[in-house]
Amino acid sequence: MGVSEKTESAEPAVSEQLVRDHNITPEEYAHIKEILGREPNFTELGIFSVMWSEHCSYKNSRPVLKLFPVDGPAVLVKAGEENAGVVDIGDGWAVSFKVESHNHPSAIEPFQGAATGVGGIIRDIFTMGARPVACLNSLRFGGLSNTRARYLLKGVVGGIAHYGNCIGIPTVGGEIYFDETYDGNPLVNAFCLGIIRHKDIARGCAKGEGNPVFYVGAATGRDGLGGASFASRELTDASHEDRPAVQVGDPFMEKLLLEACLELLKTGYVIGIQDMGAAGLTCSTCETASRGGSGIEIELSEVPKRETGMTPYEIMLSESQERMLVIAQKGKEKEVKKIFEKWDLHAVEIGHVTSDGMMRVKNNGKVVVNIPARKIAEDSPVYVREEKKPAYLEKANRLEEEKLAEPGDYNETLVRLLDDPTISSKKWVYEQYDHMVMTNTVLRPGSDAAVLRIKSAGKYIAISSDCNSTYCYLDPYTGGKIAVAESARNVVCSGASPLAVTDCLNFGNPMKPEIFWQFKKCVEGLADACRSFDTPVTGGNVSFYNENSGGAVDPTPIVCMVGLFENEKHITGASFVDEGDFIYLIGNNRSEIGGSLYIKNVFGMKKGKCPVLDIEEEKAVHTFCLEAIKKGLIKSAHDCSEGGLAVTLSESCIMSARGLGARIDLSRVYPASGSKAGFLFGESQSRIIVSVAPENARAFDALSGSFNADIYRIGTAEGKKLVIKFNEDVLINSAVSGLKDVYDNSIECKLKTQKNGDSR
Amino acid sequence: MKFGVVVFPGSNCDHDCHYVLNDVMKVKTDYIWHKRGEIKDYDCIVLPGGVSYGDSLRTGAIARFSPVMRALIEYAGRGGLLMGICNGFQILLEAGLLPGAMLRNTSLSFVCRDVWLRVENTKGPFTSSCKKGEILKIPVAHGEGNYYADEKTIKALEDNGRVVFRYCDELGMPSKLANPNGSVNDIAGICNGKGNVMGMMPHPERCSEKVLGSVDGKKLFESAINFLAG
Repeated sequence: MGVSEKTESAEPAVSEQLVRDHNITPEEYAHIKEILGREPNFTELGIFSVMWSEHCSYKNSRPVLKLFPVDGPAVLVKAGEENAGVVDIGDGWAVSFKVESHNHPSAIEPFQGAATGVGGIIRDIFTMGARPVACLNSLRFGGLSNTRARYLLKGVVGGIAHYGNCIGIPTVGGEIYFDETYDGNPLVNAFCLGIIRHKDIARGCAKGEGNPVFYVGAATGRDGLGGASFASRELTDASHEDRPAVQVGDPFMEKLLLEACLELLKTGYVIGIQDMGAAGLTCSTCETASRGGSGIEIELSEVPKRETGMTPYEIMLSESQERMLVIAQKGKEKEVKKIFEKWDLHAVEIGHVTSDGMMRVKNNGKVVVNIPARKIAEDSPVYVREEKKPAYLEKANRLEEEKLAEPGDYNETLVRLLDDPTISSKKWVYEQYDHMVMTNTVLRPGSDAAVLRIKSAGKYIAISSDCNSTYCYLDPYTGGKIAVAESARNVVCSGASPLAVTDCLNFGNPMKPEIFWQFKKCVEGLADACRSFDTPVTGGNVSFYNENSGGAVDPTPIVCMVGLFENEKHITGASFVDEGDFIYLIGNNRSEIGGSLYIKNVFGMKKGKCPVLDIEEEKAVHTFCLEAIKKGLIKSAHDCSEGGLAVTLSESCIMSARGLGARIDLSRVYPASGSKAGFLFGESQSRIIVSVAPENARAFDALSGSFNADIYRIGTAEGKKLVIKFNEDVLINSAVSGLKDVYDNSIECKLKTQKNGDSR
Repeated sequence: MKFGVVVFPGSNCDHDCHYVLNDVMKVKTDYIWHKRGEIKDYDCIVLPGGVSYGDSLRTGAIARFSPVMRALIEYAGRGGLLMGICNGFQILLEAGLLPGAMLRNTSLSFVCRDVWLRVENTKGPFTSSCKKGEILKIPVAHGEGNYYADEKTIKALEDNGRVVFRYCDELGMPSKLANPNGSVNDIAGICNGKGNVMGMMPHPERCSEKVLGSVDGKKLFESAINFLAG
């Protein structure tokens, strides 16, 4: 990287225009003056603008986020308290996890945008003192016929692989949807989970007057300047000019930082630790001081820099990656430095903790920032935005099903759906990720949920991320509930009990009442469902302004559910296992075609009513399925989602070791009304397809009697074909090998055939 | 019997190898920090996978200058068992302990999946408990595993039975699809003339426990332990 020749220039005077350029409203500016008792200088203005950006302060979302249930007997560190939540998993062990968005950077520079998203979320986890053991990613792109979407997909996947593979934390799962709503506005949500002993939980706080403040990790440059404010705006055609606001990641540096920090935390010399993520040095200093009820003083000339002539404004607002702030015990400076030196890193003492509550920044001895730390960290403005039910809903919810032509050949429709990249295998993606390093991956990507063992703790956990944004577009409240229900269902299918949730709420511009309405309804849905499943929300992230000249993205509240296994023996895969096993449907079929991938793919429509979700029915399905798994009655369990029954059955065949077929008769479960296509491809909720050994069938039937769940025996795993009959009609009759070929190669084919002409 | 696992900055399979040796195979195993200048009292040392020094310059190119490498060269010269897995193999090539070099995978992408290996040589200590021609399922995870050497070197390797593993399909047949990286002659692992130094791209430590779906990798560690036990 070239060293800038720019010399330190006089700071601009704070003018009305400058205030506006910092996205600070006149009311907010008045509040700033009140806090300071004077006009802010340029650097202070910059500090307020990033700390009070939506990205850091949640000023537009906080009143709504209060709806989430955040308490529970297992919650050790609650949402909002620290960098990430912590949840008990028994025997003195806990997991710390969180999901965060990196949408805006990825839209501009997909490789680095996604890579630094992974780096940032990993830092959030080891900041808690936890060793990161798994990453997942929830990705959304435009349709693959779009050149830009292909470019973004390749860049984002490349960036995630680059970072995760190098640092040596497996990327074990996630999901990807393709939809035109994300054209130009891809979503990149990165999740990380770490493991920790209760007694080792670290805090992001600065306490004890005179304790030294260390800066560790990479040097500060001008990259990522004001990234938090950048992420709090809509993207425009000129957004590529913001490319300097995208940071560049160095996973090797982060690997050293991770090992050094975990080694340091073991010594007990650390008072507080926080990563420098969004708003870098600014956020980490004022937040740690605020949490500790202290003040903090730092000297900028001590901060390691990789460019010359950086102004205090630039140093304080830089979002250079792989940096941490460590507050250590006075007298242990040597020991701290020694550990970082072992890892070829430098720990530089840049300041100390004070008792006056001020965030004081000096540059060569001259005070350049003097702000009450608690005021800036905690006193950000809060807005209750106007909300309005969008007008599109009435039209979008109206679907004249009887006018939809029934497919001439259901086999063709099935193939078409298996070839849809939203449904098809994501092998092209996950084979680029090291998903096995750390040797904990029990169920590999492609299953309903990622299943990991935690060697040190002797525990097994499941993680699933989900959100169908089409449902949220058609009915944000129900769509939100379904996102939680589906992720819980996936965890249950793998054999674990849902434990807790982190979410990443991706929406358009909240200043628009229709967008705010979507946001609020989705959160209400998530909150109600989380309460019903007893899965508290332990943190997450809000990403607004996912919007460009083409409009806002469909509401996309990503839910990541973590579940805990009682016993290793309960781990259950999604694919059929043995010839002759009975296949059952747990749950009920309704005639629900609205919002399905079938009508989107075949008729190009995003219409109709979102599928119904009856929470009590859903819970009954979960309880029964889990109990049957625990009793050893179930050999495979696969959640029924996009593409409906036909796709779910196909997947259980395709993913089986030897391409096992199935003979299915749906005559008994056909609903009273509706089309056959709706029945095969409709996306009714609360359904699971399981396989059961014949000798256990009686016990399985009997067990269902003592639960409130409906079960239907619909067929047998056999042969090499998937055959689905309804009365005397054979609707589907396809060789599994042919279905598998389409399913496995869809994404790669779409990228290959359109190889030429991909560009920015 | 004592094993060692070397830790370079950026090693990330060090814990995995240590776990398999120490906790699964139950042989005493130490971590060896890369700045250590002397290797004594070890019977077998593993250079684990990872991204040492962030793959700066080339994979393994910087790690070979770590102080431990001089000690390891002496150790190998004395006949000590030395096994390089993935990045460890790349480091052995850079250090000149094994011949040849690594190119990027022909796909130009990182690849993480199961592959099948045919055991070509059972004379060496790391395959002594395998049968010749045995097929093992072991995962790979690398971006630069495309083994290359000039014709003369390849001929010498082949003629002297120094190709230890070759990529193949489930039935043991070579095929383009079965080779994940485009390596010459489907080579997945080679050894030195004495057989005490072996490098391989696939990760046996990732398939040495039933819970991970396969125990084929365990055979390699068993081989070394049996060999040492005499």
